Amino acid sequence: MTVRTVSIGADAIASKGWIGAHKWLLVRRTSQLSILALFLLGPWLGIWIVKGNLNASLALDVLPLTDPYVLLQTLLTWHVPGLTASIGALIVLAFYLLAGGRVYCAWVCPVNMVTDAAHWLRERLGIKGGSRLPRNTRYWVLAMTLVLAVVTGSVAWELVNPVSMLHRGLIFGMGFAWSIVLAVFMLDLFVSRRAWCGHLCPVGAFYSLLGHVTPLRVSAVSRDACNDCMDCYAVCPEPQVIPPALKGEDKGIGPVILAANCTNCGRCIDVCAKDVFVFASRFQNKSGGLGRKSPSQKMEVMS
Amino acid sequence: MADKRNNPGMASRRRFLADMARTAGGVALLGLGVGLYSRQAASLPVSAIRPPGALPEADFLGACIRCGLCVRDCPYDTLKLSELGEDVATGTPYFVARDVPCEMCDDIPCVKACPTGALDHTLTDIDEARMGLAVLVDQETCIAFQGLRCEVCYNVCPVRGKAITLEMRHNERSGKHALFIPEVHSSACTGCGKCEQACVMEQAAIKVMPVSLAKGELGHHYRLGWEEKRKSGESLVAPDVPHEYNLPEGQRYEHGGAGLIFEESANKTPFGKSALDTLNGRSAAQ
Amino acid sequence: MKLTRREFIKSNAIAATAVAAGVTIPGISPVLAKSKDAIRWDKAPCRFCGTGCSVLVGTKDGRVVATQGDPDAPVNRGLNCIKGYFLSKIMYGDDRLTTPLLRMKNGKYDKEGDFAEVSWDQAFDVMEEKWKAAIKKDLERNKGLPPEELTSSVGMFGSGQWTIWEGYAASKLYKGGFRSNHLDPNARHCMASAVGAFMRGFGADEPMGCYDDLEHADVFVLWGANMAEMHPILWSRLTDTRLTKEGCEVHVLSTFEHRCFELGDNNMVFTPQTDLAILNYIANYIIQNKAYNEDFIGKHVNFTKTPTDIGYGLRPEHPLEQQAKNPGKGKLSKISFEEYAKSVEPYTLEYASELSGVPADQLERLAKVYADPDKKVSSYWTMGFNQHTRGVWANGLTYNVHLLMGKISEPGNSPFSLTGQPSACGTAREVGTFSHRLPADLVVKKKEHRDYAEQVWKLPAGTIPGKVGYHAVLQNRMLKDGKLNAYWVMCNNNMQAAANMNEETLPGYRNPDNFIVVSDPYPTVTAQAADLILPTAMWTEKEGAYGNAERRTQFWRQQVKAPGEARSDVWQLVEFSKRFKAEEVWPEELLAKKPEYRGKTLYDILYRNGQVDEFPKQKVTDAAGNVYDNDEMEDFGFYLQKGLFEEYRIFGTQGPKKGHDLGEFDSYHKTRGLRWPVVDGKETLWRYREGYDPFVAAGEDVKFYGKPDGRASIIFAPYEPPAESPDEEYDLWLSTGRVLEHWHSGSMTRRVPELYRAFPDAVIFMHPDDAKARGLRRGLSAKVVSRRGDITARIETRGRNRPPRGLIFVPWFDASRLINKVTLDATDPLSKETDYKKCAVKVVKA
Repeated sequence: MTVRTVSIGADAIASKGWIGAHKWLLVRRTSQLSILALFLLGPWLGIWIVKGNLNASLALDVLPLTDPYVLLQTLLTWHVPGLTASIGALIVLAFYLLAGGRVYCAWVCPVNMVTDAAHWLRERLGIKGGSRLPRNTRYWVLAMTLVLAVVTGSVAWELVNPVSMLHRGLIFGMGFAWSIVLAVFMLDLFVSRRAWCGHLCPVGAFYSLLGHVTPLRVSAVSRDACNDCMDCYAVCPEPQVIPPALKGEDKGIGPVILAANCTNCGRCIDVCAKDVFVFASRFQNKSGGLGRKSPSQKMEVMS
Repeated sequence: MADKRNNPGMASRRRFLADMARTAGGVALLGLGVGLYSRQAASLPVSAIRPPGALPEADFLGACIRCGLCVRDCPYDTLKLSELGEDVATGTPYFVARDVPCEMCDDIPCVKACPTGALDHTLTDIDEARMGLAVLVDQETCIAFQGLRCEVCYNVCPVRGKAITLEMRHNERSGKHALFIPEVHSSACTGCGKCEQACVMEQAAIKVMPVSLAKGELGHHYRLGWEEKRKSGESLVAPDVPHEYNLPEGQRYEHGGAGLIFEESANKTPFGKSALDTLNGRSAAQ
Repeated sequence: MKLTRREFIKSNAIAATAVAAGVTIPGISPVLAKSKDAIRWDKAPCRFCGTGCSVLVGTKDGRVVATQGDPDAPVNRGLNCIKGYFLSKIMYGDDRLTTPLLRMKNGKYDKEGDFAEVSWDQAFDVMEEKWKAAIKKDLERNKGLPPEELTSSVGMFGSGQWTIWEGYAASKLYKGGFRSNHLDPNARHCMASAVGAFMRGFGADEPMGCYDDLEHADVFVLWGANMAEMHPILWSRLTDTRLTKEGCEVHVLSTFEHRCFELGDNNMVFTPQTDLAILNYIANYIIQNKAYNEDFIGKHVNFTKTPTDIGYGLRPEHPLEQQAKNPGKGKLSKISFEEYAKSVEPYTLEYASELSGVPADQLERLAKVYADPDKKVSSYWTMGFNQHTRGVWANGLTYNVHLLMGKISEPGNSPFSLTGQPSACGTAREVGTFSHRLPADLVVKKKEHRDYAEQVWKLPAGTIPGKVGYHAVLQNRMLKDGKLNAYWVMCNNNMQAAANMNEETLPGYRNPDNFIVVSDPYPTVTAQAADLILPTAMWTEKEGAYGNAERRTQFWRQQVKAPGEARSDVWQLVEFSKRFKAEEVWPEELLAKKPEYRGKTLYDILYRNGQVDEFPKQKVTDAAGNVYDNDEMEDFGFYLQKGLFEEYRIFGTQGPKKGHDLGEFDSYHKTRGLRWPVVDGKETLWRYREGYDPFVAAGEDVKFYGKPDGRASIIFAPYEPPAESPDEEYDLWLSTGRVLEHWHSGSMTRRVPELYRAFPDAVIFMHPDDAKARGLRRGLSAKVVSRRGDITARIETRGRNRPPRGLIFVPWFDASRLINKVTLDATDPLSKETDYKKCAVKVVKA
């Protein structure tokens, strides 16, 4: 992949305008910030719509939500979790099974903003190279956290987990949690491109497992319009997910990005001047033809 | 980004194994670090007290998912979530009695809020909570032991009279005052920490501690006889047959009671020691 | 720095000379400097309750840095309660008043203005103007009237926390200077009923016994006194006797369970007001069983009865007053023993038990200990009796029981009225700062008493008005009605303390016709309602003297300087007197009798009269040679405190009422207090009994010499219902009171962080079933509502006080939860003391 001297997405901005070229990014940031704001409304303004944090929360005093990953660790410490937590986890599981496991990463997780910022700065400063991490490291880390729960009998990963730490820190008080967040930022800035979210984070790894079946996906529906500008690769936090869908027509591979690690962030849709990508369903994956059909099949309406 | 792992076919088997070993090794090292840290973080400082109904610490650290819902439902802002850098496992709820003690709400909202049962939902009577145990750690400094009329710990105790009682003793030094000594009873102390918070000393002379730290344990081979008798309501071994004694006239012996008794048999009359006694039917013999 | 031996001796010699001369030589040597580093210890009585514990006060660098219980003090032997433990912190609250504050708008006094700092001169200028305007009106109104008919529109509300000379200086200024008897102390709220009963029963105020009764009694009976919290050190002594003396019993009577019940052998919760019936039952029991001491009552007792149906001391237009047959009447009429016996006859065990709700066997047990000639009984009471619409009666009914048995005036046999304030006895009562009193048991109503006071004070005959002035409650009513216009509140917090605040107290303070001055160390609720606030030196920031409940007078030296421009109460009173010329406050006919006073100021007449200024400026030192400040001596140029005390002492040693002798001024600085009468340097422990009391001659055995015939009065008084009882709507009794950690309105103790933490806010002590029935539970906020106002506080069902169903208890120390918005200003019509223990309220969810 060549790093282009022309700024990424310039073509898209030229053809769709700045807003058009950042539509999904803006929606996504709004989502991330709104969710955070919902949690902060209580402690800051005394408006208690949601209590708790991403690990577990209670919305409007009736709807329990629990992070299934944390609950899994709890289970592995041989604690039988309470009914509320279990129901909450099932609700969350169901949601991400539908919306895409790593939607959590792109649309909810506060660390995404940190790592996106690090990435943006890394690009701006032209920092290259650094350590090369295998992308499957995260599954090793995931396994390790689960083993830790069994071995230590405590939810040990939560002692250092940057994801919950940042979110909890913002809502309940940071302490030294900023240092862990800073470490993630530095990691992404200097050590390796997209190091945390793309290679290490076990939370993302856990949610990616749900991604194997989720119906909502990005589809390179107009892949024949691709002019190989490479902008989508440049913006994609998990660029390895694109080629099969974008370039697989010859091999009879459908246009839908099926890789579980696609976070449904929609940045590829934004930066493509040729409108190659749209949100679509996993099941609209017949090789060829789809993109030529009526626009109503595009799933832009989902926003 | 042309990661070779995405094309394993291109990598030699040897290279693949080496990469895997490296990743596994790195992650294992990270795991070891986190694991060791978790061992260290598992030791709760003495001053940090878990909310009512918290499972034993080891279980609690497995059951608590650090959501903070108990903190949110605490109406007195007693509970807080540990932040990174504090001595308490990050993200877990606790309170420091000296700062803000537990107010012992009748409906125990923190327990109700806990989604995982890390705070045991079978706790429905706050008096049954055992967050810790108050210990009068410094009898030398506690001014009550010196005869000053403080008793603040006793007065603020929500289970006062049961969890903390006052033992009244003669003050040998002053000769004419009493001492009012606070005594904590583990059978009723919930560990709420009101006493520690209110203690007027520069450093609290009464402190809430983990029960395991505060309590001794009687040898398993021994029982306190009078306690066993009280519990069973009668002697464990059937009482003796009535005792009889060789005694001179005017004396009797009370087995298990006063012992030797000299009876005031002389000058027995049916009247009292004074007119009033007589009028009230109190004879001298009584 | 090393000193040679020779240098050492030399420098020490210089230092010693310097110390003796009261000079410090700059930079003399580290040896001397070191001694300056050390804490200087001197004795002082505790600032709080009437127990009168002594403490040693440690000062360093002009600041009280520590205290310790005085191990050589007979009352407390080194001990303190938790308030006493924090004495060194009470003067150092962050918000001490340090300069006079006047309500101003556009640089001028304005009743509706905001407080702004002014100088003492400005403050006194405004005060002077207001006082003179009021006195001018008075002079016109009073033209040609005899002393018995004089009225005044200037007044003062003083204190049982005043030092003796402060009370004395105030009494002189008002009664002798301004010719106003509208001077009353806050002791009206606490001791007036006790005073009334002492005067009616014995013709002399204050207890016959002393604290040594605590070691000598076999039986203790507590009547409406929570000694465990309110007199902590005395309770400690009582408890010790109970623990160490075989057969010792404690009987506790109260309208709710409190800390004393933990020690009690016979605990009785009775329906409010039925103490009157219980006491009459005991008398009846004694008579029925012929247990009374025939010899004693034959020789030393008169039987009398008091008028009944006397109203409730409310405003005259109140329906209850309209209904009363003999409102405010108290003149005793003699009856025979048989008539007395007949009067108490209806008070059978069954009747008393039914009325009071106390089980019969418990009442009988109580009656028996009183009736048992072999048992020495001491009865103790405080506000339960005194703050009672029949307080004088209740006090008297207790004396009846003791007098019937002759159980009085000897070790262990003592009816003992405890006091709440450190100098309720020493200042309010002995000095006579009440609206009806003069020093040493003299009263303004009696011409011969006034004559005597005028003679001692060197005033023209007829100066002192003969009409009883406005008492505490009446002062508030008169302020509201605009009859009292220039008003000085000193050393108390009456806005918080007086009952029915919203309807009676606050309107008077904010009445545009009135000018209200408040002298206090702290911005109290009362100060907030004032027009002018004067910053006041407190406790050891001035030289002082207090008299405790066992007639013990205790002195202290000034230890430190008051902060900023704060000045002692006595300084304020004496300095203010300089502002008035005799012509401005007295009519011509009075001046004509003492023409030498023409052109003189009240300061000249009252305080530079050759007596008060008799003692020149001197160095105040202790036995160790330490030198102490005396800011008043410095300012006025003579030993003001000594002069005031020595003049005051004349009333006791030479006045018409015998048995009030105090020792010489200097002697008190050398002792841990002396119990008066002090005759030939000897203290009196038990009054009225031969051998103990120097005023009872040999062979007289017992003599109640306060009465002309030497006989005490047994006064029959019946049970009469309280002013307000619970009904359908207001279905609970409200009793108010104190807690161990806080003293009175909390203006001092709530500024000590530890004490504040120990008991931060007032709570509603309530029976858990009563709470439940109202949908409330412990910790929830609830509203206490009466016909007069409401407050919000948290419910406490597990606390130290456990009321029965139907009654709540709310402490009054909390300035942010003013329970006296709720209370009723019904008073004992005889003592004019408010009943803070009984009114009807409801409690609802807040």
